Amino acid sequence: MKLLNVSGSPHVHSDESTKKIMWRVNLALVPMLLVATAFFGLNALLISAVSVATCVLVQWLIEKYVMKTPSTVCDGSAVVTGLLLAFNVPATADMIWLVAIGALVAMGIGKMSFGGLGKNPFNPALVGRVFMLISFPVQMTTWPTVGKWFPMTTDTVTGATPLGVIKEGLTHEGATIQSVIEANNLPSLWDIFLGHMGGSQGEISAIAILIGAIYLLCRKIITWHIPVSFIGTAFIFSGILWLVNPDVYMDPVMTILTGGIMLGACFMATDMVTSPMSKSGQLIFGFGCGMLTIIIRNWGSYPEGVSFAILLMNAVTPLLNRWCKPRRFAN
Amino acid sequence: MSVNPILLAVLVLGLTGAVFAVVLYIVAQKFKVVEDPLIDEVAEVLPGANCGGCGKAGCRAMAEAFVKQGNMEGLKCPAGGEEVARKVAALLGCAAEASEPQVAVVRCGGSCDKAVAKNHYDGLQDCAFASSMYAGESGCTFGCLGLGSCVKACQFDAIAVNPETGIAQVDENKCVACGACVKACPRGVIELRNKGPKGHRVYVACNNKEKGAVARKSCSSACIGCGKCEKTCPFGAIKLENNLAYIDYKVCKMCRKCVAECPSGCIEATNFPPLPPKKEPAAAPAAAAQPVKAEEPKA
Amino acid sequence: MKTFAMGGVHPEENKISTHAAIEQFPLPKQVVVLMNQHLGAPATPVVAKGDKVKVGQLIGEAQAFMCANVHSPVSGTVNKIDVCKDPFGLPKPAVYIDVEGDEWMETIDRTPDIKRECDLTPQEIVAKLKAMGIVGLGGATFPAHIKYSVPEGKKAEYLIINAVECEPYLTSDHRVMLEHAEEICIGISILRKALGVPNAYVGIENNKPEPIRVMTEMAKKFEGIIVEPLKMKYPQGAEKQLINAITGRKVPSGKLPIDVGCVVSNVGTTFAVYEAIQKNKPLIENILTVTGKMLAANQQHNYQVRIGISYADIVRHAIGELPATTGKVISGGPMMGKAMSNLDGPTVKGASSVLIMDESEATRATEGNCIRCGKCMHACPMGLEPYLFSSLVRNGRYEEAGDNHILDCIECGCCLFSCPANKPLTDEIRLGKNKLRAIMAAKKK
Repeated sequence: MKLLNVSGSPHVHSDESTKKIMWRVNLALVPMLLVATAFFGLNALLISAVSVATCVLVQWLIEKYVMKTPSTVCDGSAVVTGLLLAFNVPATADMIWLVAIGALVAMGIGKMSFGGLGKNPFNPALVGRVFMLISFPVQMTTWPTVGKWFPMTTDTVTGATPLGVIKEGLTHEGATIQSVIEANNLPSLWDIFLGHMGGSQGEISAIAILIGAIYLLCRKIITWHIPVSFIGTAFIFSGILWLVNPDVYMDPVMTILTGGIMLGACFMATDMVTSPMSKSGQLIFGFGCGMLTIIIRNWGSYPEGVSFAILLMNAVTPLLNRWCKPRRFAN
Repeated sequence: MSVNPILLAVLVLGLTGAVFAVVLYIVAQKFKVVEDPLIDEVAEVLPGANCGGCGKAGCRAMAEAFVKQGNMEGLKCPAGGEEVARKVAALLGCAAEASEPQVAVVRCGGSCDKAVAKNHYDGLQDCAFASSMYAGESGCTFGCLGLGSCVKACQFDAIAVNPETGIAQVDENKCVACGACVKACPRGVIELRNKGPKGHRVYVACNNKEKGAVARKSCSSACIGCGKCEKTCPFGAIKLENNLAYIDYKVCKMCRKCVAECPSGCIEATNFPPLPPKKEPAAAPAAAAQPVKAEEPKA
Repeated sequence: MKTFAMGGVHPEENKISTHAAIEQFPLPKQVVVLMNQHLGAPATPVVAKGDKVKVGQLIGEAQAFMCANVHSPVSGTVNKIDVCKDPFGLPKPAVYIDVEGDEWMETIDRTPDIKRECDLTPQEIVAKLKAMGIVGLGGATFPAHIKYSVPEGKKAEYLIINAVECEPYLTSDHRVMLEHAEEICIGISILRKALGVPNAYVGIENNKPEPIRVMTEMAKKFEGIIVEPLKMKYPQGAEKQLINAITGRKVPSGKLPIDVGCVVSNVGTTFAVYEAIQKNKPLIENILTVTGKMLAANQQHNYQVRIGISYADIVRHAIGELPATTGKVISGGPMMGKAMSNLDGPTVKGASSVLIMDESEATRATEGNCIRCGKCMHACPMGLEPYLFSSLVRNGRYEEAGDNHILDCIECGCCLFSCPANKPLTDEIRLGKNKLRAIMAAKKK
């Protein structure tokens, strides 16, 4: 007979594991991948594949040759980073190779340089995206037009995101939101909800994001706190601005459906590693993300601010963890 | 009114700088800490590892203690050894206390083949935790657990758990006898002993205070407290207490008679030249005594 | 349905031995009675080698304040007084007794009749509990006479009977309630009298419908016993959590239940109290579950076992040889029980089970990096931050862990249970608590 094991209690474990959590997140990302494929065709799949493959490869290489620790690529966290990075870039042909550089930065600098899974202060996918946005501003803001379903070839004509169009349009003398929308024939709210608009691969379809988010909520991988406070703050803050001056500020429904707010709030800000742990901390975190997003969108130089907002709040997370302690028993 | 922008910049920055300089000067004067400059000098010669072997919070605290006392009585930097002691003595202007260099010794011989594992430990890799929970893999409640709490405590990378024996092993060239491992070991297995001439040391590699039969059950090389070594020792260096023999390193003359006598072979003699191969059992004690005679004049 | 305020987990119940009626375990050739079977100082042996003893005779006397008497569980001759290694390999003072026949002390009432009336005063009840060596059987083995002497200036308002049995696998309380409901209710009435409280609340989790029914029916015949079904959640049986679930009160950090007017007693203890007060029988027997997922239905047992019988004997009698794939043998439940390394060690008062676990179930998965998911924090029934303790303890910052209330931890194991990275959080917290206590003790000097 083998020797008896001895360890401290407890001797049983729930069936949760890091691996299960990560693969469930991957599963939740599938609807977005499907929508992206539907609107952008083969490019979407190719970009995602390249991004995921690079992330996995970089992690494997670093673990094997630099850190010399057993490989953890099977836990699926590199795949999550790869998919999220791919969802944050436009589905153009250029991106197929550019995304590999982003993935290298995301995994190499954003994650592994801090010691791998769980040690990174910033969301690695966003680190990769912001790196690409600053390094390749033209390619990163060139969006494929969305016209037909399941395009087999990529359109050479490039369109723009609703946010970009409005930001650019408002710089003209005497332009109002309404005039810009009419002049540029922007998609209707229903189209925007479905995802029939220009934008990064993963952020376009609110409905696909919601399906994934609801799955994660049911699986208790995320809680409602961050998405609700993020989107809620953005909605209320932009609503106030809109009531003050509807000519210059976008209406709140459009605000939360366009750009990366939905994707950011449900999948990027809720990243376990880089978000606070206590519920009160998560509410503050979401509030900060929402405020910063709207501030950057309206008064910053970029039309979109979700990535920066989340990265900034990531930096505050350790402080939030310190301040927002859980309520103690009998205290 | 238009001012030359270059001039303006120079003026603004210059003025700010001047104001800061004045403020800094005032603050520095007001909160000046009067400190003996000797403390800095002493701290400079200390090793700076902050190992805590001296019993102070760190090297700086030790330097303060040296200067406050003015001499070296009762204060010793184990990590620095004699060289540092000499330097500190020169700075303080007193005589360096002569001290024998020491080394950490692991008093356990229960290697995997002798103290056979009777269960498998699957919990937190920490000796204090495992020891608070149960007897350990071999069942010996006194021996080395091999989970490496001492390894984590050592600032000098001088102790490691030997994967073959499962026991902590000291690298005597790196060990500075700071005593961090002694404090870290929950079972008091590690002891500081004099390094000895040429690194010759004789010690009981067992810490088991149980009765012989019980101790034997968990480890074949346990000290069974038979007292043979105590009777054999010509110098009265060995004392038997609580079923455990202990060799006083201040009295021991390294004759190694006890080594041959010990029935469980738990008396360890380090760094001696190998004994000549035994021809017959009767010749063994004589052979053991041989190299000692040759050494005594040197020591 | 009531339950406690925060945290908690839902481990797989695995109550597979509920069907097995309580059997009397046969006497062995020798018993080894440890002198510290309770929280506190060991008892002092009052017999010598060669003495003849009877069942129920005092063999270890409580001389310190925090101590309990120990009685002989068998009749026979004292073989020796020596140290004995307990099931965890740690040496303990013990009395070895060779069993000869089964001769009981004449004072003990061995008739099966139920004695309902008790005319002792509260002081007499407490004195008798002390004489009979009664300790809490819920796990902490706290001497009962100390618990039931309410200190000056404090008043007990609630007596809470812990029949939650929230640990998976364990079924001894379940069986005792089914088979000895009336005795339990008499025991509760005695304790009520000792404390002078109007009502006693019996907390039972709703996964035990049968005991709830039996106890509710029996309680109707008694005054002031209220059965309170509770929503299932681990660790409902922890003292502070149970008080919270039943009364809504919260015992503050560093305080005792009596500070909020509560006294909690395990249901097994109430049975022992009945036997001690009404039948003069000292605490010499336990109800012990032998169970495990890998055992067949006919190998699941609930035994009435004399203390001092070795675990090896129990396993041998109950299932024969340990299965080849046995990974762990645990004394107690899987959440808070202790893994045994020395099956030759004897049982003690308060032993509740022998749980045999399969290798695959018992081996801990490899530890990964903390992904800061916060599951440990949300599972903690005390509202603490286990992940924080883990890193503080790893870096030797014990006092900082103390500032974050590490000493409030009840070691229920919810954090490790729910950690997806399998970090040994509970181990680290225990280590931190030990180290911090040592630091605090050193500072006091």
